[in-house]
Amino acid sequence: MTVPRDMPEKWRRVRGPGGAEEERRVRANAREYNEKFQYASNCIKTSKYNIVTFLPVNLFEQFQEVANTYFLFLLILQLIPQISSLSWFTTIVPLVLVLTITAVKDATDDYFRHKSDNQVNNRQSQVLIGGVLRQEQWMNVRVGDIIKLENNQFVAADLLLLSSSEPHGLCYIETAELDGETNMKVRQAIPVTSELGDTSKLAQFDGEVICEPPNNKLDKFGGMLYWKENKYPLSNQNMLLRGCVLRNTEWCFGLVIFAGPDTKLMQNSGRTKFKRTSIDRLMNTLVLWIFGFLVCMGVILAIGNAIWEHEVGVCFQIYLPWDEGVHSAFFSGFLSFWSYIIILNTVVPISLYVSVEVIRLGHSYFINWDKKMYCAKRRTPAEARTTTLNEELGQVEYIFSDKTGTLTQNIMVFSKCSVNGHSYGDMQDMLGHKVELRERPEPVDFSFNPLADPRFQFWDPSLLEAVNLGDPHVHEFFRLLSLCHTVMSEEKSEGELYYKAQSPDEGALVTAARNFGFVFRSRTPKTITVHELGRAITYQLLAILDFNNIRKRMSVIVRSPEGKIRLYCKGADTILLERLHPINQDLTNVTTDHLNEYAGEGLRTLVLAYKDLEESYYEDWSERLHRAGSAPEAREDRLARLYDEVEHDMMLLGATAIEDKLQHGVPETIAILTLANIKIWVLTGDKQETAVNIGYSCKMLTDDMTEVFVVTGHTVLEVREELRKAREKMMDASRSIGNGFSYQEKLSSSKFTSVLEAIAGEYALVINGHSLAHALEADMEVEFLETACACKAVICCRVTPLQKAQVVELVKKYKKAVTLAIGDGANDVSMIKTAHIGVGISGQEGIQAVLASDYSFSQFKFLQRLLLVHGRWSYLRMCKFLCYFFYKNFAFTMVHFWFGFFCGFSAQTVYDQYFITLYNIVYTSLPVLAMGVFDQDVPEQRSMEYPKLYEPGQLNLLFNKREFFICIAQGIYTSVLMFFIPYGVFADATRDDGAQLADYQSFAVTVATSLVIVVSVQIGLDTGFWTAINHFFIWGSLAAYFAILFAMHSDGLFQLFPNQFRFVGNAQNTLAQPTVWLTIALTTVVCIMPVVAFRFLKLDLKPELSDTVRYTQLVRKKQKTQHRCMRRVGRVGSRRSGYAFSHQEGFGELIMSGKNMRLSSLALSSFATRPSAGWIETLRKKKGSDSSTAASPSGAADKTLKDGRPLSPAAPSGRSSVSIHLHGVQIPHHTRMYYARATAAGGRRGSGGAVTAPCPLAHSSTTCLLFI
Amino acid sequence: MKNKTSFLPQEGEARPSRCPDNSAFKQQKLPAWKPQLTIAAVLSSFFLTGVFCLSVGVCLIMSANSVREIQIDYSDKCSDCSKLRENSSNWNKECHCSVNFMLKEDILGDVFMYYGLQNFYQNHRRYVISRSDAQLLGRNVNIQKSYCAPFTTYRNGTPMAPCGAIANSMFNDTIDLFYNLNSSVIQVPLLKTGNSWWTDKNVKFRNPKSYNLSSAFAGTARPPYWQKPVYLLDEEDERNNGYVNDDFIIWMRVSAFATFRNLYRRVRRIRQFADGLPAGNYTFHISYNFPVTKFKGRKHVILSTVVWSGGSNPFLGIAYVVSGTAATLTGFVITVIHLKLRKKKTFFQK
Repeated sequence: MTVPRDMPEKWRRVRGPGGAEEERRVRANAREYNEKFQYASNCIKTSKYNIVTFLPVNLFEQFQEVANTYFLFLLILQLIPQISSLSWFTTIVPLVLVLTITAVKDATDDYFRHKSDNQVNNRQSQVLIGGVLRQEQWMNVRVGDIIKLENNQFVAADLLLLSSSEPHGLCYIETAELDGETNMKVRQAIPVTSELGDTSKLAQFDGEVICEPPNNKLDKFGGMLYWKENKYPLSNQNMLLRGCVLRNTEWCFGLVIFAGPDTKLMQNSGRTKFKRTSIDRLMNTLVLWIFGFLVCMGVILAIGNAIWEHEVGVCFQIYLPWDEGVHSAFFSGFLSFWSYIIILNTVVPISLYVSVEVIRLGHSYFINWDKKMYCAKRRTPAEARTTTLNEELGQVEYIFSDKTGTLTQNIMVFSKCSVNGHSYGDMQDMLGHKVELRERPEPVDFSFNPLADPRFQFWDPSLLEAVNLGDPHVHEFFRLLSLCHTVMSEEKSEGELYYKAQSPDEGALVTAARNFGFVFRSRTPKTITVHELGRAITYQLLAILDFNNIRKRMSVIVRSPEGKIRLYCKGADTILLERLHPINQDLTNVTTDHLNEYAGEGLRTLVLAYKDLEESYYEDWSERLHRAGSAPEAREDRLARLYDEVEHDMMLLGATAIEDKLQHGVPETIAILTLANIKIWVLTGDKQETAVNIGYSCKMLTDDMTEVFVVTGHTVLEVREELRKAREKMMDASRSIGNGFSYQEKLSSSKFTSVLEAIAGEYALVINGHSLAHALEADMEVEFLETACACKAVICCRVTPLQKAQVVELVKKYKKAVTLAIGDGANDVSMIKTAHIGVGISGQEGIQAVLASDYSFSQFKFLQRLLLVHGRWSYLRMCKFLCYFFYKNFAFTMVHFWFGFFCGFSAQTVYDQYFITLYNIVYTSLPVLAMGVFDQDVPEQRSMEYPKLYEPGQLNLLFNKREFFICIAQGIYTSVLMFFIPYGVFADATRDDGAQLADYQSFAVTVATSLVIVVSVQIGLDTGFWTAINHFFIWGSLAAYFAILFAMHSDGLFQLFPNQFRFVGNAQNTLAQPTVWLTIALTTVVCIMPVVAFRFLKLDLKPELSDTVRYTQLVRKKQKTQHRCMRRVGRVGSRRSGYAFSHQEGFGELIMSGKNMRLSSLALSSFATRPSAGWIETLRKKKGSDSSTAASPSGAADKTLKDGRPLSPAAPSGRSSVSIHLHGVQIPHHTRMYYARATAAGGRRGSGGAVTAPCPLAHSSTTCLLFI
Repeated sequence: MKNKTSFLPQEGEARPSRCPDNSAFKQQKLPAWKPQLTIAAVLSSFFLTGVFCLSVGVCLIMSANSVREIQIDYSDKCSDCSKLRENSSNWNKECHCSVNFMLKEDILGDVFMYYGLQNFYQNHRRYVISRSDAQLLGRNVNIQKSYCAPFTTYRNGTPMAPCGAIANSMFNDTIDLFYNLNSSVIQVPLLKTGNSWWTDKNVKFRNPKSYNLSSAFAGTARPPYWQKPVYLLDEEDERNNGYVNDDFIIWMRVSAFATFRNLYRRVRRIRQFADGLPAGNYTFHISYNFPVTKFKGRKHVILSTVVWSGGSNPFLGIAYVVSGTAATLTGFVITVIHLKLRKKKTFFQK
């Protein structure tokens, strides 16, 4: 379901018939009755125009633009003969051109909107009409219809849930499209309707709903159902809203309450905020200034005119009487003001806006076309969804990044382990892309194991050897992994196991055990069935000692078939290592070394341990546990104490290391972006440990950093104190290192940047969501921002989507810097919309972020190319374009101003009116467009190699008010020479044949020709990258000028329109004069040479970053990065481990109670109650054969292969696998969030397979600084 | 939902259609010339420009110096006439005056005679547009639609031919040149045709078609300031009469500035004037019709020769010399600056 990005305002207006609806009455199965109210149909319309209304509506809209109205106003002025200093067509031709281009663009946009509307409107849904279900298009669904939804279908309209396939009329929906939450929600039908299971009963249903009118409150609904003389209150809990997706529910029936535009989804989708770039704003300011300048010139010339008419014109009246109605010099001056406004209007170039749009469009296409930003794996090219922000990509200073799915793939990979003091898994190089470049060793072959997950890969064969050799420690290690967890399994067909893990870490561990021959097969509340090397063993599950944040570990107590009771425990190393039996000391030391090593590589570690329990002890403990569990008060404490007691003196088994797989090229990208002086803030909903861990693994945080400040305060005071301390530390350090005095001085200037510069050493800030809430309060936000900006890296964890937006807003507000937000999920939408530039990671399942974004691509690493190559070029091109554009228009227009002093301020133009018409749209438009689209200062690989090249954009150096004035000055300088050199030459000159030379038309042709040549030479000078297109346009424009000149001055046109083409014969007569050409040559030389001299001197004396300065800086930076790289490995992990990071409490209990197990999974695990006898038979056979072939694991494999059952990775649909946990269990909100994430990960992993194949072209763009 | 198979690319599968083309254009890898401002290029351009400008400048100055020019302001010398003309009621009264001057040297070659006007705003917007080119092309057009007002029609509706302020204000002094040779006065033969552009004479200006000129202009009246109708501008030469009269055409080609000179006559190189104007005493006989004093204008009569670069105007030559010098000097300055900087650079690199 696509949420329309920009909904026309109309929506709001055409709501309900005859003004606002006060209440809504809907009767089921009664179309006639409901039609009385004329409710909106389910047809949505986001398009603005149709064929008939396009022209008037579009024109009306376009004339609402100030620029267009301005030109319309000029056009009207030109129609007044007393004022008209130019023919009407000099304005109308460009205006029509601009309007046409815009109209074509609008029409194309609207066409696509029509298409998407049609697509949505034509979706099929099953509508109950006359007691039968009929396929109907969405747009034909009416209010009051009963429609049937099936699993995974989009809800067509806002429905009142009547009944569903699930007991108690429950149904599950996913509301990601609606509110951005990816977890599932439960909706329940009211009891009376939940029995209406079949169509015949539903057809009889004639209840009437009276409810609130359409509104945009997603979480609120109020109404009443009147049925069989009873009243039933309705709430949001009974509603299925359009845009939701039905999940884990075979079918459900709903009554349409709101349709089409009345649905809450549509009511919610307002116009997306129109983003403007800073160049846009600057441009608008400048245009206003120019406008002011124009008025000033007009006033000066008008005064001049009044004086002239008073002094000279009066006397000259015998030859040139004043116009009718003009009786005073003053009035003449007034008229002349308007005449000059018309003539000089070209300083505010009409084609500016449209040219800017064309250039941006070109840049957007280059982004779309970029093969290096195409991800073959996901088949998604980069997409510029907004075509108006490109140059801002070259000015980004702050990047706000989501973590999960953006920096990380949200795939957990079991990558290393340490068993009994031996570390396995080392073959795999953790340095990411370095491995990709090299020959990879073959992954371990798990084909012996029919139940293995084919997507699991491991590179160290020694571990498998250890398993096969029967190393008891290794066996026990994997046994633990297969038993000690809260994963649910589902076996859709034999051998096709799906694990539903509540955290991806745990899933990875259980999958690892599965592949190494310890296959967790199924569980019941009391048992766990594991295939240990082909042998099915059912353990009795005695207790799950659940995880919580304080314990940071979980344990299970199982009784093996032999009757031994054993406790298996896994947990954070810090906790677990303390609880080991002292005899483990030596092993602990070795394992600790391994743990440090793993942590140093950014892996998530867990320590595994076991303990044998005496039967009697267990009995006793279990008894106590039971009592504690049923205790009315302090239950938690008592349980915790009991858990504590039993998890003691454990035997260390080993440790696991899980890699939270980063997206390809993330560390390199971050390194390069950091070198480009872009500050990267990670805003994640994840836990602090996870976030910090990722911060290290993607090199945002390094051990070189002087200090990483962690702000976790719960109160305002705490947070303030922590922030203050952090700042003091930074200042102390810089004071002790640097010159304290100068620092103080800088500080007093109260500019953030100066603080930043002054801080010596690298700091990082980690702040928690609850602290952030305080830090974002009005009185502290500046303090927070100042501290955060002084840090090299900022990580905000556990933030809500709203906070993400607030952080972005804060930086936007105070830093005046360009911000970019990048994310993949619905929870990033707010920040993507808030930031100047929003980037969505596409190719994921959710498209919400992409829909809200301005740019989308599928890999985080493409960001460096987007910014450093496309953004930088866009900015450069746009700046060059603007500079030149203002220059050429000033050079062109100001000539009129000077001429005013010589023609009695009469608003006589210097040029032919056709020249004025065509100058901007023909003679000079294409070369500058070509430059604006194609120019490159350095090749793309250089901008990656020298990220510092990005800085001019951030500092806004290439086009700012100063540059603008320089351009203007250059333009004015050119115009002065353009006028006065021909003036000097022409004053008394005669032609070589003795005739007069200084006639107005020859002068006009001379000035125009030299102007065209000068601006062409100037664009040639500005163009740094002469492609064939540039050549064609520049030479073509010159050729076109002369061609048009001769055509306009030809006899033929004059014969046709003698009053229009008065310059007949002028071109050949004037341009045949050597004097004229010498004048043109002199003008060109005098206009261009100083520019060349200045440019060269600037290049020579004060080179832009591109020369010596850049070189030396780069050398320094390179050394630094290298240094970092080398230090990386030897880091001592003070921050290693945390229990499987996204783990939640409460699942152990759920499993033990069996509440969350679906009937089918229970059936499967107990092998008994499954209705299909054939299925049980197969299972039994299987069981038998398994035990018979237990000795040779490969036998089972053979068998499975013989069965022809594909071991395909046909993945579970990520979302549909969620069901198990939601049955009637109220899970706290944050749990749901993690839960959703886990499932999403499952889905991604499922569909992604072993996502190790690199995207083609991926590494060619990651010119890594780390290895230079 | 994404197509799951897409995540496991298989051999033989069709190339993903969404993959952008690998063309040089789309990948922004078009071959291109990347000019740079190198010291060599800059210096050579400056020195070459300098040399070029200087040589052109010197040539121009030399040729401009070879131009002989005599300019005589007769607005004061004919003060009587000018006073007479100030009163417009005397428009049909004739007034003559003579201006003597002496040529100390021969003026060799083609000699052109110009009338010069000062402070006459031919470039005023309302003046410039006040004409009807269609009418001047001999078309029968409604000049009411043109910008000729107020010189469009008379009160009685008779249209003016030609209409407009430009035509109306046509310069109508008659200037004759006499050579005083040994107390005998020889009228210098002057050519009154061939002074205008070929395109003007043959394309831009056409007389209305009729069996004779006066009938062609039947139904029209002369502009108010004219002493005779348009078809009597040159009674002697049919091909120089009406709209195609050279004096008229030249006047209609409005000047760019308020001070200008228009070609009036050329000295016909016959008899003693075959080589130009010999030294001696000359007299201009001027029939003073064109009033200028009212708007503080001045009138000149100018005799001049031309060279390849036109008449005597030192401006272009001087400008070339100046810019040539400037370019060369800048070249040197740049060299100095660059050399100094290069020393600094090496210092830093150590």
